[in-house]
Amino acid sequence: MPEVILTMKGIDKSFPGVHALDHVDFEVRKGEVHALMGENGAGKSTLMKVLTGIYTKDSGTITYEGREVTFANPREAQQAGIVIVHQELNMMGHLTVAQNIFIGREPKKGIRIDDNAMNVEATKLFKQLGIEIDPKTTMSELTVAKQQMCEIAKAISHDAKVIIFDEPTAALTDTEIEQLFVIIRDLRAKGYGIVYISHRMDEIKKITDRVSVMRDGQYIGTLITEDCTKEDIINMMVGRVIYEDPKTQSQCPPDAPVVLKVEHLNAGKMVQDVSFELKKGEILGFAGLVGAGRTETCRALFGADPKQGGDIYIEGKKVEIHSPKDAVEHGLSYLSEDRKRYGIVLKKSITENSTLATLKEYTKGLFIDRPKEEKVTQRYVDELRTKTPGIDQLVMNLSGGNQQKVVIAKWLVNDAKIMIFDEPTRGIDVGAKQEIYELMGRLVKEGKSIIMISSEMTEILRMSDRILVMCEGKKTGELDIAEATQENIMNLATRDIDMREGDK
Amino acid sequence: MEKQKKSLASNPIVRAIGVQRLVILIVLVVLYLFFYWRSVPFRRYTTLVQICNFMYYILLMAIGVTFPLITGGNDLSMGTGLICYSVIGSYLIRMYNMPVWAALICTIAMGVLMGTINGVIIAKIEIPPFIMTLSTMMFCRGMGAVLTNNFSGTWPDGSQAGAWFRSIFRIVTPNKTIIPLGMLWMILLVIIMTFILNHTRVGRYIIAIGSNKEALKLSGVNVFKWHVFAYMICGFFTGLAAIAYAGTFSNITPGTGAGFELDAIGSAIIGGTAMTGGSGSVVGTFLGCLLISLLKTGLPFIGLQANWQQIITGGILLAAVTIDMMRNRKRP
Repeated sequence: MPEVILTMKGIDKSFPGVHALDHVDFEVRKGEVHALMGENGAGKSTLMKVLTGIYTKDSGTITYEGREVTFANPREAQQAGIVIVHQELNMMGHLTVAQNIFIGREPKKGIRIDDNAMNVEATKLFKQLGIEIDPKTTMSELTVAKQQMCEIAKAISHDAKVIIFDEPTAALTDTEIEQLFVIIRDLRAKGYGIVYISHRMDEIKKITDRVSVMRDGQYIGTLITEDCTKEDIINMMVGRVIYEDPKTQSQCPPDAPVVLKVEHLNAGKMVQDVSFELKKGEILGFAGLVGAGRTETCRALFGADPKQGGDIYIEGKKVEIHSPKDAVEHGLSYLSEDRKRYGIVLKKSITENSTLATLKEYTKGLFIDRPKEEKVTQRYVDELRTKTPGIDQLVMNLSGGNQQKVVIAKWLVNDAKIMIFDEPTRGIDVGAKQEIYELMGRLVKEGKSIIMISSEMTEILRMSDRILVMCEGKKTGELDIAEATQENIMNLATRDIDMREGDK
Repeated sequence: MEKQKKSLASNPIVRAIGVQRLVILIVLVVLYLFFYWRSVPFRRYTTLVQICNFMYYILLMAIGVTFPLITGGNDLSMGTGLICYSVIGSYLIRMYNMPVWAALICTIAMGVLMGTINGVIIAKIEIPPFIMTLSTMMFCRGMGAVLTNNFSGTWPDGSQAGAWFRSIFRIVTPNKTIIPLGMLWMILLVIIMTFILNHTRVGRYIIAIGSNKEALKLSGVNVFKWHVFAYMICGFFTGLAAIAYAGTFSNITPGTGAGFELDAIGSAIIGGTAMTGGSGSVVGTFLGCLLISLLKTGLPFIGLQANWQQIITGGILLAAVTIDMMRNRKRP
């Protein structure tokens, strides 16, 4: 059995209000590719950030090459030989490849940087990796895959012993992934310890030796990849107790009319041929992992992003939606996952926010009709039970849940019929979550229809009448709530590439 | 046609100069020939001397500000700073009998000090450079007048002792021909700063700050130090510009100077330095400044006064930035 190079034991880390890591164990051996898996928010990234000194741990020990270590910053970890190849690449696009690789430790000739020596060194590195990149190329001119290879070269030039790949294939094409795997296998053969974070089940089976699974900040267990099935891994990932009762049956009458029909919607790589229907009074859950294309689908539907094709029917009539303005006129509304950026004006009052989208109806000649505006605002504050000392309160002073209610009020004032909730309870505490759920329940009873994008499995299972699952820009399945389980949703959400190719 | 295009872009000489700089160079030559054709007085040697005279102080600021611009920053305090330092410099000579050489050093030191203040606060507290240098711009506008009690600055001239410093920029031969010696220093400075920008760590890290400051930090580089350094370079050159201004003009009115920096920033931008940071060229700045100075000097010769210069310079600036943006957008 190869030698263990890195051991993390009992790692504990809390942020205000969140127990991000709960006594997690993890180890890496020389010459192995060790997958770290878990749902979004399971704590994988936090664990790696603790390891590389971006976060400090509350307790626990890290043993590296037989010594207990604590890294104060990524630089120290790097010097010791632990490097991360980030998902978002950390490079300086204006500099050349070699300049990026050797930044901060340039060879010098007098006061002059010896660019020639740097290029020679970089060429050697690339040869060692078996890749062909001209070190004199400007970084921003390379493809994402090539940039990533430069990051790997940079890691190796640091005399790294442990290399962490954080979702390295997210932006790569199939051939590029193959190239990456050749490099990773080569590194493994040379005795590097490799941590591989990914959601893609087929990759895990293909490239890794062991799989460790995390869930809700806890370490669940480690499997030998060869000896386990995809289902084993999924079971470990989702095997949590559901505290809230999931819906067991659709609340939407089967004969309810279809209010929205989307056919063959296409918008870039993230939305490929998506079709679905939404009934009156229905909550349609959009499940999938982060980056599955759910938000992109809804933004394309809403006219916020350009689409390449697809037909949209509202109440049976074909409509053209080219901008959010068109969408709003057809009774659609979109509650962004990033409330503060797209949903609300923080430094304005509840009143001003509530009528923002419909101000035309609240003006008399040139002036805003304050009484009328206040009346409608008060009505929705009461109706949605927004907790506030008054309607003149600035939205920034409200809690997350109440801010969300103001956004909802804005759309209700606008008489929206179809509401798209993108991660409606992100950043909201448990009590307020409950209220948002109840509110959504009331809205559908009143005849509104809801599309709810959520990455929280419990939320999907609790609120949806029907569930649409997406994976990498494609719809991979549709489930009635009666047949949906965490396992079959996760299965669809991590459908591997081979299976999708087979579908065609 | 396609082939021709390719060969032009891959021509080693074109590559070395850079497409944008080549365009400015062509515009410069065309513009010069245009003025030459339209106006007989323009053809005189003194016109060239005049272009040089107007150019020195703007070019020095422009070379300096290229560095903060490359970090993604800016420096608006150059114009009023320049006047402030040179007024104080002349005050030191007149009121304290300071030797001229010491006053010159003080002038440069004030520039470096102001640059350091700008840099430290921008890099440490992360005040947007626009706001920070707007404040120091206002500060300088008042400070020169306050410190010198509204002293109208005059540096030694003519046969006065200490007037030697003017010959840094121009030598008058016995038969009254003026040799614009300053141009030699300018070209030398352009070469030195080009070397520093492209071949030393200072330059490399200044570019890297503008390209991706976080990535540079994660690479373990002391970002603060180099960020401040960019503003110190700018301050140093503003100090030099103050001397050039004092050496060119006989009378310096405290409280003026606002707007000089815009010509300097404009020169750098026309020369291809990106406002968003990460790329720039001192040679480009030099050519941009030549263009602006040529317009300033040449337009009156064909009967267009000061206001037209502003309008045309504005148009050229807009065109330069638009071309640059379009070219960058096309890149995948």
